[in-house]
Amino acid sequence: MTLTAKDVAEIMRLLEQSGFDSLSLEIDGVKLNLQRGSAAPARQVAAPAEGPQPAVESQMVQSASRKAKPPSEPGLAEVASPLLGIFYRAPKPGEPPFVEVGSKVSEETVIGIVEVMKLMNSVHAGVKGEVVEILAANAALVEYGEVLLRVRPEA
Amino acid sequence: MIANRGEIATRVILTCKSLGIETVLAASEADLDSLPARLADRAICIGPARPSESYLKVDTIVQAALGVQADAIHPGYGFLSERSALARVCEQEGVIFIGPTAAQIEAVGDKLRARAEAEAAGVPTAPGGAVENVNEAMVLGREIGPPLLIKAVGGGGGRGMKRVDRLEDLPAAMGMAAAEAGAAFGDTRVYLERFVAHGRHVEVQILGDGKGRVVHLGERDCSVQRRYQKLIEETPAPGLSADFRARIHAAAVEFAGRLSYRGAGTVEFLVDLERDTFHFLEMNARIQVEHPITEAVTGLDLVAEQIAIADGRGLRFKQEDIRREGCAIECRINAEDPTHDFRPSPGTVRTAVWPSGEGVRVDTHIFSGARIPPFYDSLMAKIIVHAADRPAAIERMRRALAATHVEGVATNLAFHAGVLTDPEFERGGVDTSYAPRFLERHLQLQEAKAHG
Repeated sequence: MTLTAKDVAEIMRLLEQSGFDSLSLEIDGVKLNLQRGSAAPARQVAAPAEGPQPAVESQMVQSASRKAKPPSEPGLAEVASPLLGIFYRAPKPGEPPFVEVGSKVSEETVIGIVEVMKLMNSVHAGVKGEVVEILAANAALVEYGEVLLRVRPEA
Repeated sequence: MIANRGEIATRVILTCKSLGIETVLAASEADLDSLPARLADRAICIGPARPSESYLKVDTIVQAALGVQADAIHPGYGFLSERSALARVCEQEGVIFIGPTAAQIEAVGDKLRARAEAEAAGVPTAPGGAVENVNEAMVLGREIGPPLLIKAVGGGGGRGMKRVDRLEDLPAAMGMAAAEAGAAFGDTRVYLERFVAHGRHVEVQILGDGKGRVVHLGERDCSVQRRYQKLIEETPAPGLSADFRARIHAAAVEFAGRLSYRGAGTVEFLVDLERDTFHFLEMNARIQVEHPITEAVTGLDLVAEQIAIADGRGLRFKQEDIRREGCAIECRINAEDPTHDFRPSPGTVRTAVWPSGEGVRVDTHIFSGARIPPFYDSLMAKIIVHAADRPAAIERMRRALAATHVEGVATNLAFHAGVLTDPEFERGGVDTSYAPRFLERHLQLQEAKAHG
């Protein structure tokens, strides 16, 4: 048997009503890991690639990413701000930005700086690919977890 | 900008709304869907759920305030409210800190300094003092006589405290207290005080304009505690003579006046029933959890007064303008499991029905479907009742508790309902040993029922 989207939704509903905080289930090679509350970074459902995706999304979706405009194409990786601060696209005022749309990045590439009270923190892409969208404006306040830019990952 | 969460963030936002002040909530990732996040004009995510990565980060909080161009920060209680570092960075960056000055926070945060300030203000302190080593402790301990209490200089709220009943146990207890204090506050210094066996915890709410003028808003009796955690508070404190009340109020005003204290604060005292005396415990330089009972009897909004003082408008009334009417009681409803030694019980609240009606107020951030994350304190709601006198307030609280309904997480509601019908509590004036004794009886009764 395989899990349908309806099954997953039903299981999530049962977990929600139960006294348990997490659930791990394995049926015919399909693994389902559910965790209640905010302890888990996100709810992950490992299903076959073409398999159904769960209809229920966690309510704990970040408000910041909720506010972000929808991606221009599917399959883009998001680079989120690791902390709250002022986002700078260039190393110094007047200098060219670290990256532009079309720039190739790797995991280690610095894509910007987040300043917290005069302390400069480099933000790394964390993914290999090509920058497709830049969402955060230069010198603007960015929240923790706010999407700064999107990258088309290299296969 | 409100740099806090839970019921106090909700409460501050509501006052701001009534004053026409725009609000930004600085929230952790776990609180982005919380009630205060929904009520605030804007919620910004300051970091992950863990307080050390969000609510306790001074630089992030101030950067957030600057980033959203907030005029002021309200720190609530707990978290950074009594860390002088936040007040100081605010002072440097030109952001108004709604609270005392950094120097005042430091003066009362160091318990030995606060003790010295109390002595200088002529406010009674318990026999005791600083001890730097075991020898000094033994000398002082012999002088005061057991039972003794070892307290942390950097502490408060019961952490790092050790009771010593026999002098020969003092060296070992002192080592433990110092280690605990070092771990909790980064300060291993301890001091000794006489332990008061039959003490009542009575505190006085004060407001200061920061220029030397201080008024008091009466006292609160917070003797119903468990492990130094307050559970039920009431005002006025039952059974105190008018003269005793006047003296304890004057002591609080004297203490805060010496500091030219700015904002809302609470001076805590231990009332010694056997000796008919009181002595200074500590001062809390922030809004207290239990402030609503003072609001109920005075008709004042303490958060509005905090904001007015921070805005430079000073005290908007004189001592003689403050009237206190009737009796108010607060019960703290916590998400904790009484059958498992009151351990926190986080989770999703399936159903939350809170009481309402005349003379009933509920300060809460919990609604049906709300989550209680495991990272923070377990306070779900404060039920506050106000009535003409104490028996009427107790009756009103019983009805309010009966109308409260929470499902999905364990709560201490049954404890409150039990205390409110207990003859000993009804008589009034219980001391701090009451709650543990009551619980023991309560559990035995339940066990007897289960086996009967």
